[in-house]
Amino acid sequence: MHQRGRSLVLGIPWFWLLLFFAVPFFILLRMSVTDMGEGLDPFAPLVQTQAGQVTLHLKFANYVSLLLDTDLGWGQTLYLESYVLSVKYAFWTTLLCLLLGYPFAYFLARSEPHLRPLLLLMVMLPFWTSFLLRVYAWKGLLADHGIVNHILIFLGLTQEPIQLLYNDVSMLVGMTYVYLPFMVLPLYANLVKMDNRLLEASQDLGATPWQSFWLITVPLSRSGIVAGSILVFIPCLGEFVIPSLLGGAENMMIGRVVWDEMFSSNNWPRASALSVVMIVCVVLPLAWYNNYVARKVEQERLG
Amino acid sequence: MNVMGWRRHFGTGWLAAVFAFFYLPLFFLVVFSFNSTRQDSVFTGFSLRWYQALWNDTRLVEGFMLSFNVALMSATLATVLATLAAFVLIRFGRFKGRTLFNAMLSSPLVMPEVIIGLSLLLLFVGMERLLGWPERGTFTIVLGHALLGMAYASVVVQSRLKEMDRSIEEAALDLGCRPFQVFFLITLPNISQALVAAWLLTFTLSFDDVVISEFLSGPGVTTLPQVIFSYARRGVNPTIYAAATLLMVVVTLAVVVYGVYIARQQRQKQVRFNPVNG
Repeated sequence: MHQRGRSLVLGIPWFWLLLFFAVPFFILLRMSVTDMGEGLDPFAPLVQTQAGQVTLHLKFANYVSLLLDTDLGWGQTLYLESYVLSVKYAFWTTLLCLLLGYPFAYFLARSEPHLRPLLLLMVMLPFWTSFLLRVYAWKGLLADHGIVNHILIFLGLTQEPIQLLYNDVSMLVGMTYVYLPFMVLPLYANLVKMDNRLLEASQDLGATPWQSFWLITVPLSRSGIVAGSILVFIPCLGEFVIPSLLGGAENMMIGRVVWDEMFSSNNWPRASALSVVMIVCVVLPLAWYNNYVARKVEQERLG
Repeated sequence: MNVMGWRRHFGTGWLAAVFAFFYLPLFFLVVFSFNSTRQDSVFTGFSLRWYQALWNDTRLVEGFMLSFNVALMSATLATVLATLAAFVLIRFGRFKGRTLFNAMLSSPLVMPEVIIGLSLLLLFVGMERLLGWPERGTFTIVLGHALLGMAYASVVVQSRLKEMDRSIEEAALDLGCRPFQVFFLITLPNISQALVAAWLLTFTLSFDDVVISEFLSGPGVTTLPQVIFSYARRGVNPTIYAAATLLMVVVTLAVVVYGVYIARQQRQKQVRFNPVNG
């Protein structure tokens, strides 16, 4: 009885995860090595036996086509360009989040202790409002005659309204806005635990506040910086909604390209191949991060 | 002293500026939902016309109903599954394939939603061809959201299970409870707060999701975020501002109610442990 109960409790989530995570993943892999002409059967067998002959159906043409344009040559494809662009946007967003978020988390961690829970709640509250709607609001704010342009003109930074929407500006503002809390929260958790005696010691030894900040605070908060950067970088890579709402035709990110390939071109194998490469792009920084954390733990264990 | 003062002001200024950045879009949505014209830079006068337009917009209203139902179902499904998975991971010790199990459970946290949507779509298309089921629509969206929500919910439930005092469960077993009785009478009540938190989290995730729904919905089935998404791509539409404002009111109320609930639970706990002081 006990044993049966145990295998039931174990079996249900196993079954669920295998059916809805593992199987779809293998179908995706399978689809990515299919030829468009063979029909789009997600369950098509990989190995076919015909008249005693076993043939393996693997077509890497989809992967080649990501890199090779028949007219322009290697590396001249829209796909490669959108990967590079996605990485670029993710990188700049991470940097902007760090520049805005680090001082923010630093001052938050140094604010009055009784104010901190309220301030933290204020950071998280916008989270609970629809992501889509918050992004949509920027469309109005950044419009040619929108509020941001009014502010810029009022401040004398520009005479004429400048175009802020459907270009790099709106992309970066939108992505920084959405992912900033992901940077702030791990940084805050790290900075609030910092031992103030180290800063006092450095000041006693003659360091200026600026020096103690760069020599003590920043190196000690490195794990928070890395965690926050990963939390911003990874979801930025696969962003779909923000480029659709705030980006122009130029701001093609890979999530949107997958979508177009799937539903506009109906090229399922190529959409799958694009996704598989995208998974690799996500897994690589994550693997690096896991390695970093493991080394850190090891270092701390050894003292 | 002077330097300290300057630093304090700089710090307050930075906090205020970033908070302004956080709240500017929300403020914008609320204010311009009451605007009397379609203008989105000048407030031309107070009116409720966009709320009226919202009320008469059947697509938005129907989308809301659908999203609400989908979120209810997927949050419940995700929380039940996540509780089982978390229980397995925390209480069962080592079992065969534990690493794989854990990896599959938490992968949706980092996987781009586009990929979750696409791979599930391929599965459902394949199943429909093979078995004639399931047709794409509400049911497939619920499954997709549950898969995503389960990953988040299991993080919440796992952390609660980890810190829970195991000796109570052991005592119940010693006193002759069956394992499933222990689970329902001891474990579940003890982690109920985490279950509520996990349910709320997955509910909001599902209610807010547009990418997975876009991949998995069928003809005639559009969730509220999908309707908003399609309106939003076409340009300015203050009806959406009105919907946003209403949603914000609901969310704020929910956060307040949840906060009060947590505060009350904590007070009750204190009363239980310090009957004299309480």
